[in-house]
This record gives sequence, C-alpha cells and structure tokens, in this order.
Amino acid sequence: MHPVRKQRLILVIVLVALSSAAAGFVTYAMRNNMNYFYAPSAFAAGDVPFGQRIRAGGCVVPDSVVRADDTLDVRFAITDGEADVKVVFDRILPDLFAEGEAAVVTGTLQRDGTLHADQVLAKHDENYTPPEVAESMGANANCGDGAGI
Amino acid sequence: MAWQWFHRLGSPRWFYWKTGAWLPWLAIASGLLLSAGSLWGLGFAPQDAKQGDSYRIIYIHVPAAFLALAGYYIMAISGAIGLIWKMKLSYLVMRAAALIGAVLTFISLFTGAVWGKPTWGTYWVWDARITSMLILLFLYIGVIALSRAFAREQVADKACAILALVGTVNIPIIYKSVDWWFTLHQPATIKLTESSSIDPSMFYPLLTMIIGFYCFYAWALLLHTRNLVLQREWRTNWAQQALADRTPAADR
Repeated sequence: MHPVRKQRLILVIVLVALSSAAAGFVTYAMRNNMNYFYAPSAFAAGDVPFGQRIRAGGCVVPDSVVRADDTLDVRFAITDGEADVKVVFDRILPDLFAEGEAAVVTGTLQRDGTLHADQVLAKHDENYTPPEVAESMGANANCGDGAGI
Repeated sequence: MAWQWFHRLGSPRWFYWKTGAWLPWLAIASGLLLSAGSLWGLGFAPQDAKQGDSYRIIYIHVPAAFLALAGYYIMAISGAIGLIWKMKLSYLVMRAAALIGAVLTFISLFTGAVWGKPTWGTYWVWDARITSMLILLFLYIGVIALSRAFAREQVADKACAILALVGTVNIPIIYKSVDWWFTLHQPATIKLTESSSIDPSMFYPLLTMIIGFYCFYAWALLLHTRNLVLQREWRTNWAQQALADRTPAADR
C-alpha cells in the first residue's frame, strides 16, 4: 500500500475511533436517562422521585386488574419479578393491554406509593406465534417472571 | 501490482459497462422475491395470536430497517475508500447510498408508527431505539444536504465522507439499544446466535422479503450510481456514446 494512502487510512480509523469514543462517553454519562422507564424494583429502592411525571414498565400482574363498574377507572399492579407498583388509571386502555403482558405506564408517583397514570402503553414482546401454536403452548402470560421487559 | 484490480474497479467507464449486464438480473430477482414474499406474508402466513393481522407490517418494517442499517455501512465504507484512494466512483456510490438509505429509514420509521398505534397505543415515543433511528434519518439527510452544499464537488465528497464516517457510531447503538436500555420497542425477533422467536410459518416469508430487499437495494444502488456516473462524466466520449445508446432513435 502506498505510504500516503496508508496515512489516510490511519486518519480515517482515528476519526471513527475518536468519534465512537466521544459518543460512547456521552451515552455512558447519560446512561440513567437512556432508559425509557423505571423498573418496579427502582420504585422499591426509592430511586423514583415523587410528584414528577415519570414512566414505569413491567409485567401486568395476573388477577391484579380491577375495573370500576360505572367509570373507566382501573387499578392494576406491574412487576419485574422483584417488586410491584400499584397503578391507577382512568382512561381507555390499549387493545393489547392484558394480564401477564408487559405495559409502560406514564404518570406521577404519589406519597402512598401508587402511580397515578395518564397514559398506559402496551409493550409487545418479540415473540410471533400463530393462534394454534399459542394455544397448544398454553402460554398466555409470558412476562410473569419479569423477563420480557 | 496486487492493487491493480482495485484501481480498475474505480474506473467509472469500466463500472458503467460491467454493471449494465447485472441490472436486469437484479431487477428480476427482486421483483420475484418481493412479490412472492408479499403474497406469502400478507396472504398466506397465519395471523399472530395477539396482534392479529397488524403484525404483517413486519414484512416491510424489518427488511427496510435491516437495509437502512446495512446501507449506512455501505455509504460510510464507500466514503472511506474515496478518502483513502481518492476514488471518484466510490464517492458516487456514497451519494447514491445516502438517498436510498434515507428512503428506507423513513419507511421503517413510518411503518413502525403505523404498527405502534394499534399495538402500543401510540404512534411515537422517544425511547432509545426510535430516537436513534430518527438520528439515522437525520444523518442520511445531512449527507444528502452536504453533498449539494458546495460549488466544488470534490469538496462536497470529502465533507460527506467525513460526516458518514463520524455517524457510523450510531449503527451499533441502534442495533443494541433494545438490549442496553429499557425501551418500548421489543428486542430483536431474528437472532443470529440462537433460535428466532418467530414461528417458521411466519419466518420464511420474512426471510424471502429480506433477501428481496437486499436484491432491490443492490439494483437501486447500481441504477442510481450509474446515473451519477453519467452526470459527472457526460463530457467524455464514452459517456456521450452511452447516453446516445440509451435514448430511443426517434428522440435523437
């Protein structure tokens, strides 16, 4: 390889390495802000501020969903397998929201530990199965162990 | 001596004549694969147990996103070859890849938003995967804008190559974002090292679409690069001849 070209090749490698290192440092410094939501165990550890608009993500605990008879009010709990967070919500839930499925909840954490939500999003997992296969596996709840989030 | 073949590859004229023969084959292959994959995926693959029919957007979304990421490396490596070997043709490949990559990135963002509404309950969230994908779109648009921002094309080529190379850091971030951080976007379905979490009856049409998109990408990249070659070389005799051959006799 011609020495001049070799020099330019080294320059290109240095350019890519330095810009990657810079981006790496920035994302490392912002690592706490890169997460879209807090896991329920972060609530238990006291890492989540009260009264601010935050997001929580986890698996909707089976049999925890309680709907009011006369309003849209709904209560449920989300878990990551280590801790639970109680959620109160008064709007329409997305179609794919279900017990045993993951959800991401936006709202404010109250002093009593409940999360007053103004938005609930269903978080789909990476599994794609035809209905017959899903039935034969009998797997309805696939994030119950806190994996899937 | 060992690098001779490499320098011949850099000749616009040689490239133009050589690739002309490949175009019809790539067009036929991508046409067949894309129509077979679409019919198979949209018409015959089973529904998803939870999402119903809305999951079928995967047959466009995933291949487009694959090529948006792979195409960025093609653009950046072409830029690097241009910088190191001062190869004009390589810069033209870079410019062509920028336009096609921007379109593919937009398609994957758009189809993702359309799928997100019925699945998540929202068109858009600012999670790490979706935001880094939006940055990819801005990088592609930045390279396109930069390529037209200079009066001298050689200056524009260099500037584009440097921006493309600096932006490469975003590709592993996009790819690993769903594993490194909590995101609303789900982790990868197709895995290289372990078995994929998609039923084979849904996976084979997806694989057909991915291969079809690769063929289509190669076809579009060659076609666009050939046009850029003619635009830049139009004063030369061989380019005049090639242009004359392309124009129907009645229009001459």
